[in-house]
Amino acid sequence: MIQLSVNGTQHQLDVPDDMPLLWVVRDVLGLTGTKFGCGIAQCGACTVHLDGEAVRSCVLPVSAAAGRAVTTIEAVGQSALGAQVQQAWLDHEVVQCGYCQSGQIMSATALLQRQPAPSDAEIDAGMAGNLCRCATYTRIRAAIRDVDAGGAA
Amino acid sequence: MSPSDNGVSRRRFLQGSGAALGGLVLSTWLPGFIPHSVAAEVTAAGRLGDQAPRGYGAYVRVGHDGLVTVISPKIEMGQGAHTGIAMMVAEELEVPLSSVSVEDAPPDSDLYADSLMQFQATGGSTSTRHSWQPLREAGATARLLLIQAAAARWGVDAAQCEAREGVVHGPAGQQLPYGELVDAASALPLPESVVLKTPEQFRLLGTPAPRLDTPNKVNGKAQFTIDLQVPGMLVASTLTCPVYGGKLKAVDASAARQVPGVRDVVTLENAVAVTATNYWACQQGLQALTVEWELGEHAGIDSEQLDAALHSASSKDGVVAHSSGDIDAALSGAASTFEAVYEQPFLSHSPLEPMTCVAQVRADACELWVGTQVPAFAQQTAAAVSGLPLQRVQVHNQLIGGAFGRRLDFDFITQAVAIAKQVDYPIKLIWSREEDMTHDMYRPHYVDRLTAAIDAEGKLQGWQHRIAGASVLARYIGSLPESGVDSDAVEVAIDPIYALDSLQVNYIREEPKAIPVSWWRGVGPLRSTLALECFIDELAHKAGKDPVDYRLALMGQHPRAQAVLKLAAEKADWQTPLLAGQGRGIAVSAVFGSFVATVVELEVQADKGVRIKRLVSAIDCGLVTNPTSVLAQIEGGTLFGLSASLFNEITLEQGQVQQSNFHNYRQLRINEAPGVEVHIVPSSEDPGGVGETGTALIGPALLNALAAASGERLRRLPLSRAGYFPVKGA
Repeated sequence: MIQLSVNGTQHQLDVPDDMPLLWVVRDVLGLTGTKFGCGIAQCGACTVHLDGEAVRSCVLPVSAAAGRAVTTIEAVGQSALGAQVQQAWLDHEVVQCGYCQSGQIMSATALLQRQPAPSDAEIDAGMAGNLCRCATYTRIRAAIRDVDAGGAA
Repeated sequence: MSPSDNGVSRRRFLQGSGAALGGLVLSTWLPGFIPHSVAAEVTAAGRLGDQAPRGYGAYVRVGHDGLVTVISPKIEMGQGAHTGIAMMVAEELEVPLSSVSVEDAPPDSDLYADSLMQFQATGGSTSTRHSWQPLREAGATARLLLIQAAAARWGVDAAQCEAREGVVHGPAGQQLPYGELVDAASALPLPESVVLKTPEQFRLLGTPAPRLDTPNKVNGKAQFTIDLQVPGMLVASTLTCPVYGGKLKAVDASAARQVPGVRDVVTLENAVAVTATNYWACQQGLQALTVEWELGEHAGIDSEQLDAALHSASSKDGVVAHSSGDIDAALSGAASTFEAVYEQPFLSHSPLEPMTCVAQVRADACELWVGTQVPAFAQQTAAAVSGLPLQRVQVHNQLIGGAFGRRLDFDFITQAVAIAKQVDYPIKLIWSREEDMTHDMYRPHYVDRLTAAIDAEGKLQGWQHRIAGASVLARYIGSLPESGVDSDAVEVAIDPIYALDSLQVNYIREEPKAIPVSWWRGVGPLRSTLALECFIDELAHKAGKDPVDYRLALMGQHPRAQAVLKLAAEKADWQTPLLAGQGRGIAVSAVFGSFVATVVELEVQADKGVRIKRLVSAIDCGLVTNPTSVLAQIEGGTLFGLSASLFNEITLEQGQVQQSNFHNYRQLRINEAPGVEVHIVPSSEDPGGVGETGTALIGPALLNALAAASGERLRRLPLSRAGYFPVKGA
């Protein structure tokens, strides 16, 4: 049995230790906002927070998340910063197909948490792990610049 | 047929009311077809003659609650189509945008065939173009009927009433909301004609509007096919023969069946599927299989062989797709000739949501939940595979996690139904990224061979253009017309924006056989634009002329193309000198009913690092529905094309696709993505397509800029083939 905290809820789960966190979250807990894109940590669609840090859940064994706080896109808006990022995404009309945007928002929120006013280079470095096939990158950059994380933190 | 050729008086509306239809319902039609299925339904509702024509059909329904629903055959896949469609209806119906919602049409080829493509599809940058006239007319007709109903109730002249924000206002200050008028309006005769607003009267169209589908895409609530849960459902995943056309020979599934969570191992003609309680268990099960393939006749094919065959084909004559003037005389009498060969590789679509489909097959019915650009084809393949009649197959269309043409094909739907047919529970088929990339239907590898005739004064007389490659059209619809010409492949090439005394376009069909081909964002116009815009650029340089001036002098018949070329050049500071190692490249084309020009400014380092400093586009897409969507589509479409131009090429070794995931089929990342400056030319022309235009222009602009900066004329994409790589920073 693995003890897993997801979005503040404790779960006792009978899953293999090496099952990636992504599939525990999606297929066992039914939280489908976190997406599958590549399975090898190349696209970032599966990004969640582990104790506030962005991680690629498709390659993270669930055992590595045991006893730590997992936050997914479904709950990121509960923090002031997460909600600000979501609003900035809408204000800047970032979204096209939307499939990668859960991961983008998780990465952006983690970036802004540690760097409240990132430079363009810091935005690029913090977001380089997240692919967008619709290529909404210019708007992602603008949305992140627009978040006043100092006020939210 | 342009909308203006097709006035209101020639179009018919279906009109219906009552509980069955839920308010005032109007359906739009283009002439020339008879809709048997719906004719019967609506005749039963008492409102339709049996001669109603059919074609592009979207329903507009005004409910008793005053809310408006549009049933649209054009799906939302991130391009903003549904928002634009809602704006068109809201504009003429005089309701707030927030009271309009758009639903996907169910599969019905009779009802929802696209007027141009002749089948129910979202693609070809048609969603705005083909909705524009009929949906505005439907909105205006509904408004007129609602006003007439109110006027009758008040005993006043309808001309004294007006509609605003979903309410009819009378001359003495009377007010009636639409919802209270829909029954009366449904009983009124349809107007002979309606007058549509002029652009000066628009309050919504042409003004930025927030997308309707995005709020749930930032909080995890939006459900794509991959997210669906159907009661009793298990996940399925497949291992398909690595060689196209190969078959499954034998499989030992004993170890796979021992994997916790695995339920069944299902064999198909060319694949094995494992079903399980979750995707991870499916993958564990697939890895535990011992599979033997009958690789088939393509197992020995490498890219080199396909390349050689295509190159050889490109010198043949094939069939003549277009001939004007006398190209043979022009070439033989020319003071000089110039030949160049341009090459574009096989490409994968690789949308971020891999191919996925939920399917359930029971004895008497089949149900599909799938994001598809072609719901009627999905229904047909499900019927064929399940052996059920068409009307026993239900298709629930879903949000699409990227398509770029991939979901115009339904191979994965066929496979899902074949699996579901063998089990007694619904399955959600999810392809791994590796399955998705190695079993795509690829954008063909093309070779364009152009030969220009130049007279003694250096004037361009014309050119011969040979286009060699696989026919996507033939693969998709089964055959080519008798002429043997693939109309998609030669589009733009047979009608360039340049005035040429002689032009001949030959189409040489060369099928690679070992690799299936399909539509890819930009389709034929993208391929032609790369060849033409690189060639014209080379001709300009040979003539010692500025590439902008050289083009403008040949574009007299196309003032809209001239205007976007000038605007893009001006905004990109075309005349401002650059340092050594830097260069600008430009491309312009008339594609998908729009006119677009793109300028790339870049710097090439000694180590072949390419720093893109500016990307500037100008577009004239006629009347703009939602400027936000136009900007977003040009930005994204341009970078989508840049990604492929820089990095992507699918290759075969021993019949197997060598690229399997984003580590070896890499994509542009944010740290490599330049900004995109987009300028929209104000226009009152009919709307043009937008979604594929940016993608079509970036390749040639990039290659021309590279030549200007480095002197190296690359004629084959991607740039990475020649050792170039992107470097970030302005």
